[in-house]
Order: sequence, then structure tokens, then C-alpha cells
Amino acid sequence: MQILEGKSVFGGIAIGEVYQFTRKAQAITLQRITDTQAEIARFEQARIQAQMQLSALYTHAQKRVGAENAEIFNIHAMMLDDADYLSSIAHIIRTQNANAEYAVSVTADNFANLFSGMADAYMRERAADVHDVSERLIRILNGDTDSGGLRAPAIIVADDLAPSETVQLDREKVLAFVTAKGSKNSHTAILARTMNIPAIIGVGAPVLSLVCGQNVIVDGFTGKIYVDPDAQTLAEMRQKMQEAQQQQQLLKTLKGLENETKDGRKIKLYANIGNPGDVAQALQNDAGGIGLLRSEFLYIGRRDAPDEQTQFTAYRTIAQSMAGKTVIIRTLDIGADKKADYLGLDTEENPALGYRAVRICLDRPALFKTQLRAIYRASAFGSIALMVPMIISVDEILRIKQIIEEVKAELTADRIAFNANVPFGIMIETPAAAILSDVFARHVDFFSIGTNDLTQYVLAADRQNAKLEPFIDAHHPALLRLIQTVAENAHRNNIWVGICGELAADVSLTEFFLSIGIDELSVSPSLILPLRQKIRSIHLKN
Amino acid sequence: MNEFTYTLCHDTGIHARPAGLIVNEAKKYSCKITLCVGEKCADAKGLFGIMGLAAKGGDTVHVTCEGADAAEACNALKTLFSENL
Repeated sequence: MQILEGKSVFGGIAIGEVYQFTRKAQAITLQRITDTQAEIARFEQARIQAQMQLSALYTHAQKRVGAENAEIFNIHAMMLDDADYLSSIAHIIRTQNANAEYAVSVTADNFANLFSGMADAYMRERAADVHDVSERLIRILNGDTDSGGLRAPAIIVADDLAPSETVQLDREKVLAFVTAKGSKNSHTAILARTMNIPAIIGVGAPVLSLVCGQNVIVDGFTGKIYVDPDAQTLAEMRQKMQEAQQQQQLLKTLKGLENETKDGRKIKLYANIGNPGDVAQALQNDAGGIGLLRSEFLYIGRRDAPDEQTQFTAYRTIAQSMAGKTVIIRTLDIGADKKADYLGLDTEENPALGYRAVRICLDRPALFKTQLRAIYRASAFGSIALMVPMIISVDEILRIKQIIEEVKAELTADRIAFNANVPFGIMIETPAAAILSDVFARHVDFFSIGTNDLTQYVLAADRQNAKLEPFIDAHHPALLRLIQTVAENAHRNNIWVGICGELAADVSLTEFFLSIGIDELSVSPSLILPLRQKIRSIHLKN
Repeated sequence: MNEFTYTLCHDTGIHARPAGLIVNEAKKYSCKITLCVGEKCADAKGLFGIMGLAAKGGDTVHVTCEGADAAEACNALKTLFSENL
């Protein structure tokens, strides 16, 4: 069994046979033409025909992938209307007495180079569009007609797929597609995602050596391709495929329904995400908002701290993508256990009890202010809330609020827009915070209970230590009692309370959470719909 | 001659789709419409020209319209920019 790997464009498992998709190579030879006028007229005919094809493709694509994704074909049509593009072709025909195919090919190369030399990755992708539309012209000039070839459902393997080829793939016959080349920014990738076809790109040349009819498994979730899979892999993947299909089904039946018990009690279901790439997953799974945006993705894997603009751009993008749904951004929650050497954190015996999170932030106000400024600037672009981790005292809360006031004053002085009423909440994850939640509730707008850390602090047990598993009861009565106390204290002070730790997704506790009045559960995107299903099946006693 | 300047809000600058919108709109008018970003200028009626400007978020675009319907053209484009860019 051979395992190939590429970049995953769209998830899903496909099991089937390879079909090598080869585009017929267009023969481009320079032929001397005597009647250049006639040749230019022939080109014009081909151009008109290409426009008709693109118009039809647009209509076809619009139905399959929506107007915005089908737009690419209008862009192609505009390229064929571009004065510079057309005059270049006419010029070559006239001055070199060249055939139209040659003129188009040379022009295509020149214009494609314009894009492939650009700094912006998206712009570099447009070179492929120039080639795609030029190929279309040449095919028409050459009198080529597209041939079929695919009879039974198969996994399409190709060197690369142009947008027009991707969109014309028959969903019935295509189980997945795999390309040697390709990039995540390409329209092909965008179209694949919208068409819900498992796809892996950038696998490299080895994939082209696969033979038609060879058995493969495509794992669109991991980007791996198993060639001639052994029995065990086949069984595992079949299982994975079944689970993926079940999740798909769940999506279909539960999407759009309320998170409401049989007796009408409602609760918000939000998503926990760790990077902007997860927003799509959150929306696809019908999240009501983002209950926890872990901001560490901005800080990890770098040589220096992210500046305000970098952070602002990321927060703003997420807020805009969520289109008015709440996004709760958690400020920096890093400790000695995470990879951020530039912070210069000393190695600690007990990082969980150490110099981390808000402690670093309050100790390094410049670092903290940069993040707060970025969050406040982004607040003008969506519905953003702010949440601080690891709180243990009122004093911390008051200091944070003072820094926030400074940030707001500075932004006002600089005439930078921001939402003056960004909700400010804290994570309840330390025993101190849980015990004093009645006091803290007077100073903040909401609580979010971080059950992972709360459990380990309350039970005095390291959750990463496998030996302690027999001792750590995730439903420990001490924990549940604290959660209930926190909820009561919150509501007595008219603030809302949510849970963003792993316990939120525990369906054996859903009824308990509902009964104590938890307002929001924030979970991993793929767990939202199963949770909704659970909620809708519950009838709260009394 | 009519003109206006506009600072691009989105990081993506003038991508294929907004470039297409500009071309579509510009072609409705008979006047000459030019887009300039810094030293580079392009005819607003040509897709390649506009995309070739490689205008990014934060860049300032200078739009000039010369001809009979210049005022109308500039107004329409100003609206298009503020709504899409």
C-alpha cells in the first residue's frame, strides 16, 4: 500500500477507482498566413463562440455553485473583451502573418506572466485563468470538441483542473478529485469546496503514475491518499466514511432548527475556534456565534509578537465573516508550555499554576494594550465581545477595565472607530473565581466557565497525567456544585453565563446545564448539531 | 474633468471580481476613465489593466473621467468603490 499526501481542499472520504483525466494537448504551431484580414475575422468568430460557451458555463455554474463562485466565468468573458488582450492578438496576426492559434498562445503567455510575477498570491493564481480562457479560444480555433470518457463513478486524477473543467464535473460520476498541482487560492479549490466534492491538491507528480482502475481511498479530511489499500485501512476508512455521512445527514435535518427543549427552554449554541480557517466550519454547523476565539494562533509559531495591524485584520475578518453573530475573543492565554520563545518565559515546574495568560498581560501592559486596541478597532466591524482568562481577583478585573478605558480614550483621540459597548467577560476557570463569582458578577458583563482547567484545579489533578484518570471524574459533584453556584451568582446579578470547556459538549450533562439555567454552550463546530439534537429531545422535569 | 480618490478598505484590494464590476460599470460611459495607483495608471474599461495595477488594501486609487458623461461616470464609480472596495 502506497500513501500519497497533498493539501486538503475539501473533506470527505471517497473509495473507488482512479480515472486519469488528461487534457488533450493543444497543438500550437506557427503557420504563415497570407490573408491576415480573414485570419482576424476567424479569430473574432472563435471569440464570439467562446463568449457563448462562457455564458452557458456561467448559467450552469450559477445553479451548481451560486452566483458568486460562478463569477469566475464572467471574469473570463471580460478577459476576452479586454482591448489590450485583443489588440495584442490582432497585432501578432498582422505583423507576423501568424495564424490565430499562435497569436493567442503568445498573448496568453505574456499576459499570464503579468500575473505570475505579482507579489500577491491571489493575483498569481489569475495566470491560470488567462491560460484557461486562452486554451478555450485555441480549442475552438483548432476545431476540437470536448470528449467524455468517464463512464462509471471514479476518483479523477489530473495534473491540474481549470475552473471550467471543475464545474463541469458530474457530481454523480465524480467521487473525488486529486491533482498533482494546484493551490488553495485557486478557483478550482473554491469551486470544489462549494460543490462538496472531496478534493486533494498539490500531491505532486507521483499521483500521475497511478493507473486507471487502480483502487484508492481519498481522505479529504487529512489530505492522504491510500493506493491499493490493505484490508485494515479499508475497514477504518469505511468506518470514517460512514461517520462523515452520518454527520452530513445530521446537518441536513437539524440545520436551521432552534436549540429548544420539548418544553420550550432555549439555549445558545456557539463554536470554539482556534483560527480564522475554522469560521467556515462554525457557520456550516449552524453555530449561533463564536463562544471562544482562542487568540493564541496569532502569537504562536512566530519570532516576535504580532503587531496591532496583524491582529486587527484577523479579528476584523472573523467578525465580518460571522456577519453580525457574536464573536467572543479571549485575550492571550499562553504559558510556559506553549511555543512562543520571544515572550522569554522561564521554564516552570508547574506551568498550569504559573506566569501565564492575564498575569503576563498585566505584567506587560504594552503587549496587552496592543491586543486590546486591535480587538476594539475590530469591534466596529461586527459583534465582538472580550473575555479574559485565568482571573482570580477583583483587583485584576479593575486593572483590566482601567486599561480598557485608556485604550478607548486613545482610540477616540486618534479618531478611530470602535464599539463603545464591547461586552467584557471573564473566564471562570480558577477555584477563586468560582467561589467569588457573586462578587465578580457585579463587575463584568458575562461569565464563561472553562471546565477543563476548573476541573484540574478543583480536583488538584493534572489532566495530562494518564495515571490520574481513575481519580478524575469529569462529573465530580464538587465541580457540578461549583458550576451551579456560578450560574446562580451570575443570574442574581443579571449577567449571562456560558460554558466553553469540553464539558459543554457532554450530552449526559446537557439536561443538568439546562436545568441550572446555563445561557450558552460553546463547543467544537462538529459537536453543535449533535448537541442540538440532544436538547430537542429533552423535556425538563418541573 | 471629474475625479475622486478612494482608499481601498479590504486587504484583498482590487481582485478579479471587483475589477470586473469596475469594467462593467465603466463601459456604460463614453468618457475616458483612468485609474491610477501611485505612478501606475490603467484604462478602467480593461480588465487586465486594472488587475495589473495590483492595488492592495490601504492603497489610494485616483479616478479621473474625461468626456461628455464624465460627471455621471465618476459618481457611479464612487458609489461602486464605496460599496465594494
